[in-house]
Amino acid sequence: VGTALIVRMSGELDLHTVDPFRRVVDEALSSGQAKDLVLALKGVTFIDSSGIGAILGRYRLAKEFHGTVVAVGPRPAVRRVLEMAGVFSVIGTADTERQALARLSAAHHDHGSK
Amino acid sequence: VIEVEKGPGNTVKLEFPSRPENVGFARTAVAVFASQKDFTLDQIDEIKVAVSEAVSNAVIHGYKETSGVVRVEAELDDGGLTITVGDEGPGISDIDWAMEPGRTTEPGRMGLGLVFIKAYMDEATLFSAPGAGTRVRMRKNLTPSENE
Repeated sequence: VGTALIVRMSGELDLHTVDPFRRVVDEALSSGQAKDLVLALKGVTFIDSSGIGAILGRYRLAKEFHGTVVAVGPRPAVRRVLEMAGVFSVIGTADTERQALARLSAAHHDHGSK
Repeated sequence: VIEVEKGPGNTVKLEFPSRPENVGFARTAVAVFASQKDFTLDQIDEIKVAVSEAVSNAVIHGYKETSGVVRVEAELDDGGLTITVGDEGPGISDIDWAMEPGRTTEPGRMGLGLVFIKAYMDEATLFSAPGAGTRVRMRKNLTPSENE
């Protein structure tokens, strides 16, 4: 069972603002500090394809290290954009961070029992 | 059939350097401008995404290694909003290729920008040629069209 990094984002996620998100997450995953990601999206007021690209890119990196990504509580406008891009076909969602963490530990438990 | 004659439009023009931090400025400015008309909140959100994609494309592809001017023109008429976003970059040689989902020349990007523009706007046309820059013209009708 790995350690999860909770990334709480707020504001607008676009070409200009994705860089710090990328940097922080990649650093945590590559160094082994975290394996799973919880993306807390409640505070995100806007997302476009740059933001989605950054999320899917972090998903791929987490997967390389056998981790999982769960998104928590995007607002309806943000959720619509994520849905259209098919993000939820690869990334799970949860209503709360606690639920997300529970889901992650359950997923690892399942994986371990196989 | 009643032909409604459209009154003269209200036009704004924005010109700014191709910096990523101006993407947010452009979409917010156009959204505020569009709010003069009775667009729904969902429609305003869709306009913001479309402008964000078009301006991001100009910043990323229009001026890859360099910097230049991005021009945004927005015109409101009785039927809706027409937005043109242009750059003076290298242009696109194969427009049909670029309009397909998942097509990108930049590693690490998804090729979703034009897909979002097509999905969220009622019309979208790309004008480009090698060496002639790129312009995308898109239209949002106040009354959603059938394909929405």
